Amino acid sequence: MTDNLTPDQNSAILDRMLLIRRFEEMLIDLAGDHNFGHYHLYIGEEATGATVVESLTETDLLLTTWRNHGHLLARGADPGRMVAEILGRADGYNKGRGGTLHLTVRDVGFLSTSGLVGGAVGLASGAGFALKQAGEDNICVVFFGDGAMEEGVVFEAMNLASLWSLPVLFVCENNNSGAISAQEGGFPSSEIAASRISDIPKSLNIKSELVDGADVAAVHAVIAEAVGGMRKGSGPAFIEAYTERWPGSRPLWPTQATGVTQLAAAWDPSLITGEYAGWIDEFDPLIRFIRNQLDAGVLSQDELRERDSKICDQIAEARAFGEASALPGPESALDGVFAA
Amino acid sequence: MAKISYAQALVDGMRESMAADTTVSLVGTNVLGLGPQRPLIEQVRDEFPDRVFDPPCSEAGLASLGIGAAMAGARPIIDFGVGSFSLLAWCQLVAEAGVAHHMSGGQINVPMVFTMLHGLRGGGGGQHSHSPQAMLWNNPGIEIVVPSSPKDVKGLFKAAVASNNPTAIISHARLLGVEGEVPEDDFVIELGSGEIKRPGKDISLIASSRSVVTALEAADELSGEGIEAEVVDLRTLSPLDKDIILKSVNNTGRVIVIDETNESCGVAAEISAIISEAAFDALKSPIKRIARPNVPVPASPLLENCLDITPDKIIAAAHDLVGN
Repeated sequence: MTDNLTPDQNSAILDRMLLIRRFEEMLIDLAGDHNFGHYHLYIGEEATGATVVESLTETDLLLTTWRNHGHLLARGADPGRMVAEILGRADGYNKGRGGTLHLTVRDVGFLSTSGLVGGAVGLASGAGFALKQAGEDNICVVFFGDGAMEEGVVFEAMNLASLWSLPVLFVCENNNSGAISAQEGGFPSSEIAASRISDIPKSLNIKSELVDGADVAAVHAVIAEAVGGMRKGSGPAFIEAYTERWPGSRPLWPTQATGVTQLAAAWDPSLITGEYAGWIDEFDPLIRFIRNQLDAGVLSQDELRERDSKICDQIAEARAFGEASALPGPESALDGVFAA
Repeated sequence: MAKISYAQALVDGMRESMAADTTVSLVGTNVLGLGPQRPLIEQVRDEFPDRVFDPPCSEAGLASLGIGAAMAGARPIIDFGVGSFSLLAWCQLVAEAGVAHHMSGGQINVPMVFTMLHGLRGGGGGQHSHSPQAMLWNNPGIEIVVPSSPKDVKGLFKAAVASNNPTAIISHARLLGVEGEVPEDDFVIELGSGEIKRPGKDISLIASSRSVVTALEAADELSGEGIEAEVVDLRTLSPLDKDIILKSVNNTGRVIVIDETNESCGVAAEISAIISEAAFDALKSPIKRIARPNVPVPASPLLENCLDITPDKIIAAAHDLVGN
């Protein structure tokens, strides 16, 4: 299915996936040095976010949730200012008022980052409404998890989007397949009576597809088709991208069970060891995509190492920038409740 | 000046706002309730047929829709019809609309309007009679408009649509048919500006929404007894015109705060606290509150009327204070 993507597009997607993976790995380490409360990492889901943005234009709009780092990075947000925000510093995108849960970047198209489980989904129909009223061919994409499907506002928002044929792409990142965290941390995963999440929107006459969210080519194929239709006025579309739930969220499962990713695992099976070996081998979207690109002959091991090294440097700089950023002035806690 | 109803003035404010800005749309058409004023809303549909929407009853979804559209640059008006129904969208109102600007570090604005009818309306009962303005005021980031007259609702409506913040326009169901003079020029009333509806030196009656009308009736009767009451109309709760309150209290030294929200943690409670913190020395007697008792609204007209704020209740309270 790689035929759908040009070598340049594949290269850009790989860079995004690497950037996200290294950023999130850095964050786990950062959390050892700083207490910034919750965090929810995108490790294991990179292929979805890094690929969806490939079908978007600069003026398309996006919304996301507490698991937002991957989406923001994929869209070109500055990792340094993201670290600053996560640490509650003055240089953070939200001036330290949003933190990791609400980190948002309007300059790259994000309208809001809602920590309410189905919150962003409701807002997305509104963005679609505004775009349709304005008569442009832009669309709104909203990323959310399987848990959002348990909330009533999501049903209401999908109903409105379907009734009024709004250009909203609902991307449900279902990382509940394994539900391992339920066993590890004792936290419940989503509970939905429907056999498949992607069946639910069909009852509202929304086109809906199920896709392996760790497969770049497959994700691109369904997203590109959905977005193409939406720009011609075909109304909303729903994509369920299923992935494994990866460790590394706090307080859910604040460990890095699979360690820092060794990219050479893509070609050297001896590096895939430990309790989660099968998991890395089968489900890691980054390892899968590297294998795919190596096999296609469009990427060499040396080139990959070089690009990873550059990205690791970039992440180290971002961390240093965030850690060096000043704390906001205490008086700013009371600022900015209302817009001028 | 033409004399028109509150409902017509509201419609005029909406129509002028929609004419001035093509991103303004109306989602929900029970703005004027289901009573005799209801058909007036068709004036808006006739003038802007592609910007008036009859939605499903999805309060949370519609509130979200309005907020998201505002974040994307439009200025929607989302109508809940009955104020009690806004409770279905409470999360969206207080935890999306109210926090977005602050939480995003100023990156995001939510320039939109929510409309709803509040208060005792005759048979509304326990699930159609809420006055949610005090609950809403307990949350930061939302502007709250509570007009008492046709002129005010028109001028404040235009200011609310033009504001860059989420603004709730909460009209009393029993004000819709009330008539009053409305200037014919293109006027706007700034949010956060109260108005002295009647000057007086002996006692301050501080009120908003329909309570202003009741307070004016009481003031007329009190005047006949030689007691000159000053009626202060707050017009908006957020932003609040504290100066006009304190100035009046400093002039009279006696205060009755009259408001239809429930007594506990209600509008009257907040105004009383502000006065006692900022003008305690000016008070000649304790502050009195006349608010809705802390009970659900019963359906029986007789029982419902027991909860209503009447001129008699205000007059009795005024006698107590002036006697002090």
